[in-house]
Amino acid sequence: MASIWEYANPVKFLRTSEKVLPVLWVLAGACLVIGLIWGFFFTPDDYRQGSTVKIIYLHVPAALMAINAWLMMLVASLIWLVRRHHVSALAAKAAAPVGVTMTLIALVTGAIWGQPMWGTWWAWDPRLTSFLILFLFYLGYMALWAAIEDPDSAADLTSVLCLVGSVFAVLSRYAVLFWNQGLHQGASLSLDKEENVADVFYLPLLVCIAGFVLLFLALVLYRTGTEIRLRRTQALIRREAARA
Amino acid sequence: MLEIRDLAVARGAACVLEGLAFTLAPGQALILRGPNGSGKTTLLRTLAGLQPPQAGEILGGGEEIAYAGHSDGLKSMLTVAENLTFWAEIYGTRGIDPALAAFELTPLRDRLAGTLSAGQKRRLGLARMLVTGRPIWAMDEPTVSLDAASVELFAATVRAHLGQGGLAVIATHIDLGLPEAHVFDVSRFAARAQSAAATSDEAFL
Amino acid sequence: MRALLLRDLRLAFRAGGGFGLGLAFFLIVTVLVPFSVGPQSELLTRIAPGVLWLGALLACLLSLDRLLALDWEDGTLDLLATAPVPLEGALSVKALAHWLVTGLPLVFAAPVLGVLLNLAPAGYLWLVISLAVGTPALSVIGAFGAALTVGIKRGGLLLSLLVLPLYVPTLIFGAEVARRGAQGLEVGTPLLMLAGITFGVAALMPFASATVLRMNLR
Repeated sequence: MASIWEYANPVKFLRTSEKVLPVLWVLAGACLVIGLIWGFFFTPDDYRQGSTVKIIYLHVPAALMAINAWLMMLVASLIWLVRRHHVSALAAKAAAPVGVTMTLIALVTGAIWGQPMWGTWWAWDPRLTSFLILFLFYLGYMALWAAIEDPDSAADLTSVLCLVGSVFAVLSRYAVLFWNQGLHQGASLSLDKEENVADVFYLPLLVCIAGFVLLFLALVLYRTGTEIRLRRTQALIRREAARA
Repeated sequence: MLEIRDLAVARGAACVLEGLAFTLAPGQALILRGPNGSGKTTLLRTLAGLQPPQAGEILGGGEEIAYAGHSDGLKSMLTVAENLTFWAEIYGTRGIDPALAAFELTPLRDRLAGTLSAGQKRRLGLARMLVTGRPIWAMDEPTVSLDAASVELFAATVRAHLGQGGLAVIATHIDLGLPEAHVFDVSRFAARAQSAAATSDEAFL
Repeated sequence: MRALLLRDLRLAFRAGGGFGLGLAFFLIVTVLVPFSVGPQSELLTRIAPGVLWLGALLACLLSLDRLLALDWEDGTLDLLATAPVPLEGALSVKALAHWLVTGLPLVFAAPVLGVLLNLAPAGYLWLVISLAVGTPALSVIGAFGAALTVGIKRGGLLLSLLVLPLYVPTLIFGAEVARRGAQGLEVGTPLLMLAGITFGVAALMPFASATVLRMNLR
């Protein structure tokens, strides 16, 4: 049984991800097409919210992935700090733009949904505010990556920022809850059956979430591959320069 | 006592020196030579513990070493005496007068460091080494902007330090007038392109 | 440690040390607010606690890039890192010096500026208490941001971008204490949360700051 750490070798990672990626793209595409068509055209309108409820098929998966992307960056940063695998650091770097896009999708679809429902594009509701703060954290993280020239120092510093930022993100979440109890409905998905959305909405929603997860994985693998190739090119150029 | 074994040092992602080895006994000095960019500064910073070695080990460094880099760490709005007293307190030593006297700074003690000439500032930076009370001096180009008389002053201070059982590792291009010091040419240890020492580049090749 | 604190304070009070800049900035921001929202005294009374907290936060932020950048430029940080003082302690002391020079004067100036903004009489005491409890956290968190960006040329804007999201919890609880105090409501919970944040970051943040500073010195 091969250890998972073998994939920490960039070259091995590239070889494996090249095999996995086509499958991921196809699966992600299939799930999204099926889930969105099912959700948009073959589910009944909500008795209160009408057809506007259908934006849930974009809003909820994007919001879930916005948080999960940050969690993935947190784990990857920890692995880099402890085991110093370059793939891990580059995967964290690659996930940030995907995560920030997911956050932006969640915010924009939320605003579009909120306008007819609450009569306003934006409200300083705890959930909305928390996502806005998450968005700021993503921006800071990416700006720090972009500002430091030496890739290893950049990986070190952004990893610590990710750890510290996570603590403050959780703190902010509680602070915001304390600050304003909001308009937003409860969680759309939870283990407690009573709170869940009805089954007719639930199944296509699950398919959409699966599609977003697969799309996220594919994008991160693809972008990590690009980052690895960039580092590999730079390393080769340096070696040739040293030989000359 | 300072001993390094099979040391490799890196600047950024690139390994610059490898296979370095020397032993320095109390009372001995080592002059590092090599062209610009050969890795003298990187070696000194590694010795001082500012960056970890890429490979190999350093014995007897750590808390024994006082480091002097390109910049003197002077505050222009503090006087000469205040600058030196600060470092004496940080290192828990007393009395800055011997250090001032050794570099002929006593008449300048109440001048603001910002009003000193470049050579005087450098002398103040070197006087800081005396108040650290540490046995091993790691110095990077200590004679920059010093005139001939000041270089002699510096050499005499180093010789006195060695006489008291101290050690010194000095990167310099000029002749300090320390015939007893060993010369160590770092360019012989320049890292080859496919270096055995692991740098972060290697993972991608 | 004491030597480092005294040196930082002495440098701050000499020419070019920047003492008073934060205070002046605080004054200007507060004066500009009525120009932008209008002079109605009821409106000013309502927003005064929040405006004063935001002004204090920005004044703190403004001086953060001096916290470590000057010592970085003249090589002092290299020498401090090789000196027999733990870097964690040195950074705590530098954050303390920053607070004494920047945060503490803001605490004393806030009631005066509260008069300009027509702050409710009940609010003065809680405004001062909330600033006194909360501003140390701003300095300690700011030291982390300064340590992160110390190697970056003209990193001031980046520093603000990194530090501002970290200031959110402190600002929320601090301004909440001041707001509730001004309205005569109970302030216990937010005040305890604010104190918790200040003590928590003062105890833990220097370790993170020293870690990133060591990475930057390499």
